[in-house]
Parts: sequence; C-alpha cells; structure tokens
Amino acid sequence: MSEHHKMDAPDHARRLDDMAQGLIGTAMDRPDGPLKVSGTATYAHEWAVDNLCHGVLARATVPTGRVSDVAAQDILDRPGILAVITDRRLLRNPAQGGAGEAPVQDPSRIAYFGQPIALVVAETFEAARDAAASLRIDYEETEGTYRPEDAAFETPEDKQSSQGDLDAAMAQAAHSIDVTYTTPGHNSAAMEPHGAIASWDGDDLVLRGSYQMLKHNRKEIADSLGIDPANVRLLSPYVGGGFGSKLGIAPEAVAAALAARDLGRPVSVALSRQQVFETTMRRSETRQRIRLAADAEGRLTGIGHDAWVSNLPGETFAEPATQATPFLYGGENRQIGFHVARLNRTCAGSVRAPGEAVGVTVLENAMDELAEATGVDPVDLRRRNIPDTDPSTGKPFSSHTLRRALDDGATRFGWNQRQRPGTRREGDWLIGLGMACATRVNILAEARARVSLTADGRAVVETDMTDIGTGTYAILTQIAGEMLGLPLDRVTTRLGDTDLPPGSGSGGSMGASSTGSAVYLACRNLRAQIAARLDCAETDLTLKDGKAIAANKTTDLAGLSDGTLTAEGHIEPGKTREETRQATFGTFFTEVAVNAVTGETRVRRMQGTFAAGRILNHKTARSQCIGGMTFGIGMALTEELMHDPRDGHIVNRDLAEYHMPVNADVPQIDVVLLDERDDWASPIQAKGIGELSICGAGAAITNAIYNASGVRVRDYPASLDKILAGLDDGRG
Amino acid sequence: MKPFDYVRALGPGDATAAAGREGAAFIAGGTNLLDLMKLGVMTPSTLVDITHLHLDRVETTEDAGLRIGALVTNSDLANHAAVRRDYAVLSRALLAGASGQLRNKATTGGNLLQRTRCPYFYDTAMACNKRDPGSGCRAIGGVTRLHAILGASAHCIATHPSDMAVAMLALGAGVEVEGADGKRRVVALDDFYRLPGEWPDIETVLEPGDLITAVLLPPPPQGRQIYRKVRDRASYAFALASVAAVIRVDSGRIASAALAFGGIAPRPWRDGDAEAALIGEVPSREVFERAADILLADAQGQGGNEFKIDLTRRLLVSVLTEATEERT
Repeated sequence: MSEHHKMDAPDHARRLDDMAQGLIGTAMDRPDGPLKVSGTATYAHEWAVDNLCHGVLARATVPTGRVSDVAAQDILDRPGILAVITDRRLLRNPAQGGAGEAPVQDPSRIAYFGQPIALVVAETFEAARDAAASLRIDYEETEGTYRPEDAAFETPEDKQSSQGDLDAAMAQAAHSIDVTYTTPGHNSAAMEPHGAIASWDGDDLVLRGSYQMLKHNRKEIADSLGIDPANVRLLSPYVGGGFGSKLGIAPEAVAAALAARDLGRPVSVALSRQQVFETTMRRSETRQRIRLAADAEGRLTGIGHDAWVSNLPGETFAEPATQATPFLYGGENRQIGFHVARLNRTCAGSVRAPGEAVGVTVLENAMDELAEATGVDPVDLRRRNIPDTDPSTGKPFSSHTLRRALDDGATRFGWNQRQRPGTRREGDWLIGLGMACATRVNILAEARARVSLTADGRAVVETDMTDIGTGTYAILTQIAGEMLGLPLDRVTTRLGDTDLPPGSGSGGSMGASSTGSAVYLACRNLRAQIAARLDCAETDLTLKDGKAIAANKTTDLAGLSDGTLTAEGHIEPGKTREETRQATFGTFFTEVAVNAVTGETRVRRMQGTFAAGRILNHKTARSQCIGGMTFGIGMALTEELMHDPRDGHIVNRDLAEYHMPVNADVPQIDVVLLDERDDWASPIQAKGIGELSICGAGAAITNAIYNASGVRVRDYPASLDKILAGLDDGRG
Repeated sequence: MKPFDYVRALGPGDATAAAGREGAAFIAGGTNLLDLMKLGVMTPSTLVDITHLHLDRVETTEDAGLRIGALVTNSDLANHAAVRRDYAVLSRALLAGASGQLRNKATTGGNLLQRTRCPYFYDTAMACNKRDPGSGCRAIGGVTRLHAILGASAHCIATHPSDMAVAMLALGAGVEVEGADGKRRVVALDDFYRLPGEWPDIETVLEPGDLITAVLLPPPPQGRQIYRKVRDRASYAFALASVAAVIRVDSGRIASAALAFGGIAPRPWRDGDAEAALIGEVPSREVFERAADILLADAQGQGGNEFKIDLTRRLLVSVLTEATEERT
C-alpha cells in the first residue's frame, strides 16, 4: 500500500496533535546512543570484511598542471603492494550535494594542491600509506589563480536582483551603512573522516561508506564508474557527522570501487584528517558588502547585499551568502549582487548551513552597525524592520516567529543590562553583550519510507535516510510510535541502506520534516488498514500502548492481522513552496569578555531562542542547536582555512591547527525552542532546525566584542591580533 | 610510515648503545614522534624504547632542589606536591600545554625535545631546512602567523612549541645527559638549545647517543611565579606568546627577575639584558616598557606574525605589573 501526498495545500488538520501515545516532542534518548558511546555502532571503515586490502590516495604536490608520469613500478616491486590505480574515473573532487551524477573526473589534470592522483593498494594500511607517500609523480606545471585578490569574478545574470532604487535610498537616508566584511574558508571537520569499503559480487557493488544522501550518492557512484545504479548498494547505517562534507560521493569511494574491481577483492580506503581538509569540500571564503538605508527611526528603506565567493573551474556551486537577505528585513529598495571567482583551491561546496551561516552573520553585523548609527537599541531595530510579507515577492510567510524570538531571548538573557560600548570592565576583562537574529530557508524534499506492522504488534520503519548524528533514528521511531500507538520498545528503525525506500537524505536541514512526513504518511495508511479491520473510520481510531480503541472496543494490535501490514509513505513538495515564503527564525544573545591586554575573547554566556515548526524531539533538537551555536563560536573567533598565497594549499590541515572550539571555549549554552506549528511546511508541521542555530551566531559574538571593547572586526575570525589592533596601549 | 626496528632498552647503557645506530631515535611517550612518523616527517630506522629505564621519579636533591626523571609524565609533574608548592610556574606551564590525554603520556625529556609545529615542517611536500637540510624554507613568504619574531634565520623561522621548557628556563633548570660513554653531565637549559642559523635541523647540543636522564631544578626561588600563555583558543593550542616570570621585590625594588618566553622564538627565549634592566628598579610602567624595548629590540615579523611584537610587549608589561604589585 502506498500513501502519496503532495504538499499543495496547508495541512491544518495537524493529525499528530490528535494522537494518544505522547511520544512526539519528548526528549527521547537516541536508540543508537548506547551503541555509539560504547563503540559498537559500526562506522564505514570498521566493517570486518574477509580478504580486505587497503588503499591510500596519493596527492598532487603542485597546484595546477598535468601529470606526466606516475612511477608506479617503483613501488609495485615492494612486498605487499598490490596495485597503483590511476584510472581516469577517479574523482577530482566530491560531488556537490544532490548532484546525482559524477563530479569532475580524471586525476591527471590537476586543479588544486592535494588533489588525489592515484590510489596505492597494499595488503596492509601501513604499507599502502608509506608507498603512497613515496610514489613519485612527475608534473607539467601550469599557472593558476590562488588568491581571490588575483581573480577575475564572474557575475552570473540569474544571481542578480534589484527592486526600487537602492542608490537613491542610500543618498536620501537619514542613516546609512555601507560596510564590507570578509569571512574565511571553513572545513566541515566532522569527527569521522571519510572512509569506504568496496566489495563486488559479479557486476554488483556493495559500498560501505559515510554519506548523507544515499539515493543521490548511489547515482553519483554509478555514473562515476559507468555502471547502472541498480548494480550499486550503499550502506551507511552510522555516520560520524557530515556537515555537508558527505552530501556527495567523494574520491575515496570511487577509488575503493575501482580498486576492488581490478583486484577482485574488497578494498578499504580511508581519508586521513589532512586529506579530509584537502580533498573534501571547503566553505568558500566570502567578501560581502552590505548597504543599509534607514529613516530617522531606523526603519529600513533599502538593503543591498553583494557577495564575492569562489570555486574551482567547472563547479556550479557558489556559496549562497545572500540567500536570506531578500526576506529577513523590510525595505522597498533592494539589490542583490553575486560574483564568483575561479580559484585553484580545494573544491568549495556545502559546509554547515551554506549561505546563511556566513551571510546572515554579516547582515547581522551590519544591523548592529546601523543600530549604533541610529541610536536605536539593536533589538528594537530588528523589531521595527520585521516585514509583514516577503518584501521581495509579496508572498505571505508560512509562519513568522522572529518577534517572539526577540522578545523571549531579550527577556531571558537580560538584554536590558547592556551598556554603551567599552564601559564595563572587570579587571583586565572588558565585558559586552551582543545579539543577532537567526534565519534559514526551509526546504521540504521528496522522500519515501516504509512502515510495517508485524503480526505480533511491532513496527519497523525502513528508509535509506541517514542519521549523521542528528537524531533520525529517534525522531522516526517517535513518529511511528505516536501514529501507531506503540511504546518505543516496539518500534525499530532501519536506515542507511539503498535497498530500502529512498528518503530525503540528510542535508539542508530537511531530513526530519521530509522523511518524517514520509513515515507519517505510511503510518496514516497503516491506521486506515487497521481501521478497516475494525470497521471504523481512521479518524475515529485511537491507538495507544499497542491497543486499538474504536467504538468503545479495545483490540490488541498484536494478532490484529495474520501477517505483516505494510505501507509506504511518499511525500513531495508542492504548491505551498511557491505560495509562501518558508523560513525558520531565532535569536542569539551573548556575553563576552575581551582581554584588554591580549585581545583574547571568551564567550561567557550564550542564549538561543529558535522556532522551527513542530519540535519532534526536544533533546535532539536542543543538541543540534547547541552544536550550531558552538560552531558559531568557532566561526566568530577561531576557525579559518589558511591558504598559502603562492599555491593555494591549505596550510592548517589538522585539528591541532584548524581551531574548532574546545570545551574550554564553550560556556553554558541555553536553548529555548518556541512552540510552533507550520501547516504550510509539511504534514507534520515541522521545519528544519539543524542549521538554523549557526546562521547569525557568530555575529552575536562579534557584536558583543564591539560592545565590550569598541573594536569592530570586519574580517573573520575575530582573532586576538585583530582585536589588539583596535585596543589602546593596554594602560586601560 | 617506514618500516623500523624496535629495541627495548633495559638500562641506560643499552639505550645509548642502541641510539648510536644510524637513524635511531628514542621513544618514550611518543605523543609527537609517532605523529611525525605517520606523516613521514621523521623516519627513524630504529626506535629505542626507553620507557623501562626507571627514570620516572621526582626526588629532592642535596641542595634542596628537584631532580625530575626524564620519564616523569607531564601530568605527574604538574600535580607533584613539591612542584605545585615551590615551582608553581612549572605546574601552570605544564597544565597550559596540550590536553589531559597527551599530558598523561608525554614525558619530561620528550617535552624538551618536541619538534616545532611549523606547518611547513609537517608537510613533506614543502621545502624545509629543518626536515630536509638544504632544501629551503617554504614558510618564509607563506602563512607565518605562528612563526618566530626573535632568533630566526634566513633558513628557518619556526618556533619551539613547549610550555614546560619555558618555565624550566625561567627556573634556571639543568639537563642531565648520559653520553654514549656512560658518563653523565649537566647542561644548563639556557645552553641546551641552539638557534637555527644555517642548520635548523640541529636543535640542541645533544650528541648522537646522548640520553636525557633528568632535569635538575635549583632550590625553590623566592618571589612570585607567573605563567601566562596567550593562544587562539582556550585550550589545546600552542602559544602565540607566553611568559614565565619569577620576580622578587624587596623593599619596594625589584631584587631578582627571571623571564622566559615561549611561542616567539626557535627556542625558549631568555634575555639577560632585559632582566638586568629591572634589577634594583622601583616597579613602574616605564621600567617595564624599557625591559620590553630591550627584549624586542631585534624583533622582526614575517608578515603574518607582526602582531606578536606588540602582543609580547603588552604581555610582558602586564605580567611584570602583576608580579610586582603590592598585595593587601
């Protein structure tokens, strides 16, 4: 049985609210949690596969040019070395998220330093690593472009927009801001490095990998290899973090598959941390110019946002830094400019909320500058500029919670304690408060899931959807348990296998609402099947604790049917996407201390208030928000891919030198999730939450730095040297 | 990782004999060496395991100083009662370094000999005179945020990463070394490290086969002890600049001053002239600034690390202020 639903109209029925089991929204522990913390969840590279051999990728040590020779024979003569793969089908870089086709191939043409050139396969990992490091590769070097400063920028026509007359608005404004900020590149830095084990059975490939969107990844690897997707099975039951870096198939997977085919035995390929930095996606550095025109009371009359980003030649992805600017604030004169440079640096792609993570952050810095210029309190300034409808299109918002998030955050945090910049000091520490708004576009994606109700009254949820540490196992279990009236111990969720119905995949914060809707639909169908057996309407049916109650009669779900009842749910986005502007909203409030001697910044308090439609699991949603805000601390203060100016290579290629926040950098983080239903977003009234809490978080910190010290850092990260440059001589 | 031999030394004689082999290296905690071997930065042909040499004791010496066995872990040393009480600057420096897990493995001798964190040293595709003498220095003209402002040469601008050694230098420590001939000698820590000059691959005065057996601390110093480390994040980051200070004020004047610096030079840095400028002076900002002027007179940035000059000045003045302020 199949239950298909296209989101063509809002779902005001809110059926989940009618259910009786009481699981939705609760802080259910992850079913996969005990496995993960006890080391028994099997990650891609950990499978025990018979007759396994090991491959290590060898890298380009020039940034641009052609490979003229790979001295394979030199190392093939060594004991234990099985193969040197230089197949033209090896990937230059990972596929972009959702591509569904092979990325640029042919490793002999070098576009960036560190690009994989060959795979060395050996009986042991150590032998392969040593041989790959010593593999002699000869090059014909060519000139490249390694710095944005040296690049010519393309200005794609379809990425520019304008309404009204921004220049005139700027000229006539009572107050105006025209500022340029820069943000550096970021790496996803997921805890689990990419790894794959490939095994062939005849023409059929089984690939155990670490990926976010299996239905697309299956097509990407098939296209890369030149085989039918039907011959590919991908297994990713556990993924140790993705943050965008595992959206598309990556070099290790294709290399493992090619080598396993050649050698006729399973091959494992894992990326080292350095290779993760060099060969998986980076977030592009950005330069962003924001223009704000306002009247005397701080009401915006114009907004301009120009972004300059980069990517490799041949890549279509461009960091969408201006994505939220069309709808976050009002103002009748608007202009978006977007410019892309072709740089010979590691491929740019989706990393942690592409677009808003850096775009909203810079917009929110500019709003702080406007607040200063107008003398309007930063929270009030935002309140005055909340639009009634999407100011770029006139479409209604599916729901809008920014005002509530401002009120809630400001009250809880004690925003009224904020003083003028540079006026609060404790010893050597300058104390300041800052705030910023959060917003992220909301997406519903096509997804399918199968739910089965067994004869003994248990449910099994099955989809190729992934859990990348986000809580998918928990929330799908909760949705099925809620809809079918089953306690958690009677619901099992199976994920991460392309033999199962294709879910949405994880990415763009759409996994929970999309695949969750598919599970909901399947369960609604099962409820109808149950109702038919009990001769009642589905809407008259109450399911709770494994029992069905209809017409004052209680029936055990166990034994209701001789066999398994099965339904597949299938959700598709529809007209609600076109008819409304759908986004999530929130606010950040922070307190920082800036050392007047050294310029060091410590975040002392951080408060986030978010609304993302129905919250499916309070614990996993809150955890995601804490994670996003922690990344916000990193973006604000420490994270930066450092590229050598002469060849573009990433200099800080490990977690010792690429500075993610450590525990000591992260204060108590308070998260508030506002109660909301968005009927236009999905039939379960949920929206995406994973990425929202990084979108603007960094600005709350840098705005607080300004409030503390009077230093406005416009070049992220706000490391101590940049703050130091604006401090006085330390005499205090 | 290249194939290598493994030798377990059961006595110092074993160790120094085995270390005399071409391409041999001692291994104790391995927290730095194993990483470098995996990356192909260091390729010893023999690892001489010295963890069974019973060099893991902290003892009081005849002159009421401390003898710290070379295999005492950073955690044990930082938490040792006598160190916490009498050599607080050392305890604080140790706890400012690395992470709890690393400190549990890392040893005293190994910490002294840890290699630079220059990213060009770590990447075998980059020219590096320290890793591959004569190949050049790719760091110069590259990303130099972490690099030296004092003591660098045209051949190497790397910094020494240790916190522990900075505190030990301020304390006037000596390094006890057993040579291949079985004889022990003590080298002042201030004489232990060499500046890069033309040969940045040679970092200390140790000869082939030399084994560090202990670090000797003189009797507890008088005065205030401070260790301040400035870094890009609150933990698990190497110093952009650090200061170890042991300062005594007597009758309103500075009676003694020992200052050592980390994160700014190819070795833990000490400047006798800067210290001398403080002696006998009434503490004041002008006096501190003068010491900073002397310390930084030859400081030279490489572009990305220019800020360290101002940072070190501010840090020194702040530490001296704290060390000399009257307490009520």
